[in-house]
Amino acid sequence: MPIHYYIVLALALFSIGVTGVLTRRNAIIIFMCVELMLNAVNLLLVAFSKMHAAKLAAFDMAGNVGAEAQIFVFFIMVVAAAEVSVGLAIIVMMYRNIHSVDVNFLNRLKH
Amino acid sequence: MIALLLILIPLAGGLAGFAVKSASLGRTLGLLVSLATLALMLGLLGGFFPATQKSFFIDWLPQLGADFSLKMDGVAASLCLLTAFCFPVIIGSVKHTQYANANAFYSLLLLAYAGINLVFLAADGLLFYFGWELALIPVYFLCSKWGGEKRLQVTFKFFLYTFLGSLLMLAGLVYLYYHTADYSFSLDALYQAKLTPNQETVLFWLFFVAFAIKMPVFPFHTWQPDTYEQSATPVTMVLSALMVKMGLFGVVRWLLPLFPHASVQFADVVILLSVIGMIYASMLAMKQDDIKRLIAYSSIAHIGLMSAALFIHNASGIQGAMIQFFSHGVNVLGMWLVVEWIEQQTGTRKISELGGLAQKAPILTILLIIVALANIALPLTNAFVGELMMFNGLFKYNLIYAAVGGLSIILSAVYTLRMIQHVFYGEVKVATANVADVMGGLKWGLLLIIPVILVFGIYPTPMLNLVKDSVAFLLSLGK
Amino acid sequence: MANSFSSLVYWVPLLPLIGFLINGLCRNYLSKSLTGIIGSGVILISFILSVLIFNETRAESDALIVKLFDFINTNDLKIPFAFQVDRLSALFLLIITGVGFLIHLYSTAYMHEESDVHFARYFAYLNLFVFNMLLLVLGANYLIMFIGWEGVGLCSYLLIGYWFKNVDYGAAARKAFVMNRIGDLGFLLGLFFLLQQFGTLNYVSIMPAATGASVAVLTTITLLLFVGATGKSAQIPLYTWLPDAMAGPTPVSALIHAATMVTAGIYMIARSNILYTLSPVTQTVVTVIGLATALLAATIALKQNDIKKVLAYSTVSQLGYMFVGLGVGAYTGAVFHVMTHAFFKALLFLGAGSVIHAMHHEQDIRKMGGLAKKLPHTHWTFLVGCIAIAGIPPFSGFFSKDEILIGAYNVSPILYWIGLLGALMTAFYMFRLYATTFRGSFRGTHEQEHHLHESPLSMVLPLIVLALLAIVSGFIGIPELFAKDAHWLQKYLAPVFAQSNELAHAHHITHETEYILLGVSITLILVVVVYAWKRFASKPDLSEPSGFGKLLSNKWYVDELYAAIISKPLEQLSSFTLKFVEKKSIDGAVNGTGKLVQWSARQIRFWQSGQVGNYILWMVVGLVAVIVLMTTIFS
Repeated sequence: MPIHYYIVLALALFSIGVTGVLTRRNAIIIFMCVELMLNAVNLLLVAFSKMHAAKLAAFDMAGNVGAEAQIFVFFIMVVAAAEVSVGLAIIVMMYRNIHSVDVNFLNRLKH
Repeated sequence: MIALLLILIPLAGGLAGFAVKSASLGRTLGLLVSLATLALMLGLLGGFFPATQKSFFIDWLPQLGADFSLKMDGVAASLCLLTAFCFPVIIGSVKHTQYANANAFYSLLLLAYAGINLVFLAADGLLFYFGWELALIPVYFLCSKWGGEKRLQVTFKFFLYTFLGSLLMLAGLVYLYYHTADYSFSLDALYQAKLTPNQETVLFWLFFVAFAIKMPVFPFHTWQPDTYEQSATPVTMVLSALMVKMGLFGVVRWLLPLFPHASVQFADVVILLSVIGMIYASMLAMKQDDIKRLIAYSSIAHIGLMSAALFIHNASGIQGAMIQFFSHGVNVLGMWLVVEWIEQQTGTRKISELGGLAQKAPILTILLIIVALANIALPLTNAFVGELMMFNGLFKYNLIYAAVGGLSIILSAVYTLRMIQHVFYGEVKVATANVADVMGGLKWGLLLIIPVILVFGIYPTPMLNLVKDSVAFLLSLGK
Repeated sequence: MANSFSSLVYWVPLLPLIGFLINGLCRNYLSKSLTGIIGSGVILISFILSVLIFNETRAESDALIVKLFDFINTNDLKIPFAFQVDRLSALFLLIITGVGFLIHLYSTAYMHEESDVHFARYFAYLNLFVFNMLLLVLGANYLIMFIGWEGVGLCSYLLIGYWFKNVDYGAAARKAFVMNRIGDLGFLLGLFFLLQQFGTLNYVSIMPAATGASVAVLTTITLLLFVGATGKSAQIPLYTWLPDAMAGPTPVSALIHAATMVTAGIYMIARSNILYTLSPVTQTVVTVIGLATALLAATIALKQNDIKKVLAYSTVSQLGYMFVGLGVGAYTGAVFHVMTHAFFKALLFLGAGSVIHAMHHEQDIRKMGGLAKKLPHTHWTFLVGCIAIAGIPPFSGFFSKDEILIGAYNVSPILYWIGLLGALMTAFYMFRLYATTFRGSFRGTHEQEHHLHESPLSMVLPLIVLALLAIVSGFIGIPELFAKDAHWLQKYLAPVFAQSNELAHAHHITHETEYILLGVSITLILVVVVYAWKRFASKPDLSEPSGFGKLLSNKWYVDELYAAIISKPLEQLSSFTLKFVEKKSIDGAVNGTGKLVQWSARQIRFWQSGQVGNYILWMVVGLVAVIVLMTTIFS
C-alpha cells in the first residue's frame, strides 16, 4: 500500500484528536482524544519505519533496520499508559472534589 | 587565607545563627563573629600576618573560567576595615529585645556581611556578581521583615531597583566574558578584554547604572530615602555605611579599569550628574522633617562628591575619595546611632516634634555634635582631609564644578545645624519630656566612633598610605 | 639657644586644648573655682610663654618653622602640620593670650550664676576657641590657618548659642556659622588656586615666589581669600551675622567678636601682604569694601539702643578701617589698629558686660542713665575706651586710626575725608552711648536701681588693665611727625612687610599737610564729642525713631533684603524641588515604570481565562504559527 494512505489516515486521526481536545469539555473525552493523537503519531512511526525498511531491503541490506522507530512506538505506548494512570487518577480526584468532569469548572488558577 | 576567613567566618556565623533559638544568644554569636573578623582584619593590617594572606585562589568553575580568587588591595583593605569596624558597633549597640526573631535578624546581618566582604575582595567577575547578590538577598529579608509600616512596598521598590542594576551588570559581564582572550572571568583577563569603542561605551553604561543605583547617584537615588526611612535602623546602618560603598568600590575596581577610555569620555556626564546630585540632595535635606530622610539625603550629597572625585582622574581627587569611603561610613554610622537612640526614647523621628534634647541628654548631644561636625567636614575631623582633597581634585578638573559643588559645603551646614537646633536645642517638648541620656551599647558605639573621627582627622596619614597603591593603579590606566 | 622658647611654641595652643579637654570631660566633677582656675590658668601659662617667645622674636627677624608632623603627604599634596613663629604671629600671640586671659578672668565672675556643668562647658568652649585662634595665627601654611579659621567659626557658633534654650540665640548662632561658611568656601577656592599656582601652601615658599605669578592669578587668589575675610571679619556683604552674634555671653563678644576672631581676616591679609600688594585691583576692592563697611556700620550704630548692638556695629565699622589700611598698603597701621582695637573694644565690651551684670541683664540704654556714680570703675574705664575709639590723642585709638587714614590720604585724599566722616560718626555714637548710659538720671525700675552695684574685683581688674593698655598702647607707634624713629611697631614688623614695602612707592605727604589734617580731624572730633556728650547727657534720645532714623535703626533693612533675595528663594526652590522634581518627576518616573508594568499585567492577565480549552486553542494556534513560520522561512 502506498505510504500516503497511512499519512492521510494519521492526519485524520490527529485532527480528530485536536478537534476533540479543543471542543469537548468532558475531561475523559479530552483524554481519549489525546490518546487518539498519540496513536496517530504511532501509526505514522510504524508506517515510515516499514517504508524505510522496505527501501533498504531493496538495496539488499539485511538486518533489523527500521526497528528503532518501532521501539519508539512501544516507548510511547508505555509512557501513554503511565500517563493514563496518572491522568485518570487526576480525573477521579476531580470528580470526587467537584462532582463533575467538566474542565471548564477548573478555572481556579485564574484567581 | 585570612582573606577567605573574612568571608567564611561571617557566613558560617550567619548560618549557625539560624539554629540558635534565643535572641541574646544570637546577638552574642553575631558580636563574637564580628569581633573575630575585626581582630583578623586588624591583625592583617597591623602586619601580624604575611602579605600573601591578603589573597586567595582556588579553582571554582574551571569549565566556565571562573575561579574563587580573592585579592585585597589598598582600597579593598580600607573598606574591609570599615566593614569590620561597623559590624561589631552595629550589633553591639542594638537593643536586641526589640526585634522579633532576633536570631534570624542577626544571622541575616552576618550573611550580608559575608556578601559585602565578598564584593570587596572578589578578583573574579562571576564571584563579584555572586557576592553582589549574596549581599542583597539577606538585606531584602531584613528590610521586608523588620521596619516601618510601609516596608514591604518600599523594599519591593528597593529590591527591584537594585536588581535591575545587577541584571544590567550581569549582561555586561557575560558580554565582556565573551571578549576575553580565553573565556575567563578573572580580573586580569577582564581588564585585558579587547573591545571596540562602541562596545566599551555600551558596557560602561551597563556597569555604571548598576553602580549608580547602588551608590546612589542622582537621578537613581529615589529608592534610598524611602528604604532608609522604613527599614530598622541597624539595617539602615548596613545599607548606608557599607552597601553604598559597594557601588563606589565597583567603580574603583571594575568600572574604571575595565573601561578606561569610556570612563574618560563620559567623565563629564558622570561628574555633572554627581555635582547636580550634591546640590539637589542638599536642598532636599533642608526640607526634610524625618531625621532619617535628612541623613539619607545628606548621604546622597556626600556620595555625589565621592563619585565625582573618582572620575576626575587625578591623584588628589581619587585618593580623597578613597579615604572618604572610610570616613563617610564611620560618620554616617554615628549619625544613625544617635537617631536610633532618639527613636528608642521618644518614638518619633520628626524634627518638628523633637526639641530640647540637650537638657535631657547632654552626653548624646556632645557626641552628636562631634559626629555632625564630622559630617559637615569640619577641619580636624576625619571627613575634612578627604573632602579637601576631593574638592582640590575637582577644582583641577574644572573650576565651575568645584565652585558649584562647594555650595554643598554651605548647604550642609544649613541643614545639619537646623537639625541640631530643632532636635537638641530649644525648650523640651512633649515627645522629649522623658528622655534618658544615652547609655549601654549605643553609648559605647558612639564612644568608639569619636576617637576614629578625631584620630583620622588629625593624623590621616595611615589611611592615605593604605589606599596609595590603588590610587597609583587607577592613575596608571590612562597611559 | 636664641630660639629656645620659640621651638616650644606648640605648647602655646596645646595648653588651651588641654584646658578644653579637662573642662570638657570632667565638667560634672569640677567645682566652679577649679574650672575657672584651669580655664584661666592654661591661658595665663600660654601668655607667659608667648611673652617669652615675643621677646625672642625681637632679636630674631627670620621666621622659625616648627614642624610637628605631616598632615597630608601624598605625591602631589604635601602639607605639614607646622607652626611659624615670626614677628607677626608673635604679636598676635600676645594679643590673643593676653586679652584672652583677661577675659577668662572676667568670665569667672560674669558667668558665676551658671550651674557648675554649664560653667565648665563655657570655659571648655572658650579654651577651645583660644586653641583654634592660636592655630590660625601660628599655622605655617594656609591649610593650618584654614583649620583654625573653621575652628574659631565653630567655637563662635557654640558660644553664641551658649544659652541653647533660647531659639533666637540658636538662630543667631546658625546665621554666624553659615555666613562664615560662605566666606570659607571662597577661602577654600583661594587655597586651591594657590596650590595650583605654587604647588604648596607654605608661607615661606609662596611669598618669595609671588612676584613670579601673573597678576590675574594673584588677583583671583586674593579676591577669593578676601571673600573668606569678609565672612570672618564681618565686612559687606557678609557682616550681618556679627550684630546678631551679640546673643552670646558678653565676654564672648569681647573676646571673639571684638578682639580676636573677627581680626582673623586682617591677620590673613597681613600674612599674605605681598600677594595683595601685587594685585592692585584687589587692593582697590579691599579699600572700597572696607570703607563702605566702616561708613554703613557707623550709620547704623547711630540709632541702636542696645548697648551691645552699638558696640557690635562699631566693631564692624572699625574692622572696615583695618581693611582700608590693608587696602591702601598701610599694613603696619592695620595690624596696629588690630592691637589697639583689641584693647579698647574688649574694654568697652567688658564694661558693657559689667553694666549688664549690674542691671540684671538689661541691655537697653534707654532704661539706663546716671550709672557713673553707681559703677565708678566701670564708668571711668568705659570712658577711657570711648576716648580711645573716638581717636582723641594721646589715647591709643588716635595713633592707629591716624596711621590708617594718613595711609589712605597717600592713595587718595577723598578716602581720607570719607574715613574722617566715619570717624566723626564713631565719636558721635560712642559718646551718645556713653552719655545715655552713664550720665543724666537713672531711668530703669526702682528695683533695678536698688540692686545696682559695682562688679567684683575679678571683673574690674581686667577693665583696669585694659584701660591702661588702651591709654598707653598707642605709644608704640608714634608717627614720624612727632618724633623721628619712634615708631617701634613699624620697625618690629618691618621684616614681615619688607617685600611689600619695597614694591610700594606711594608718595608721602609733607609734614605740613599732615599737621593740617591732624588739626582738622582732632578739632572736628572734639566738637562732635562735646556735642554728643552735652546733648545726650541732658536729653537722651528715647523716642521711637522715624523717617531716616527709622531706616538706620532697622539697619537699612539689609537683613530683610537678604531674606527676600537669598533665604526665601532658596527655601522656595527647595520646596519646589522636593514637591515637583523629586516626588513628581524622578520618583514619579520610577514608580510610573512599576505602575506601567502592573497595568500591562492587569490587561494581559485576562488572557489567562482559566479555561483549559482556551489554553489548548492558543497552544495549537501557536504550534500552527510556528510550523507556518518554519516552512516559509526554510523553503
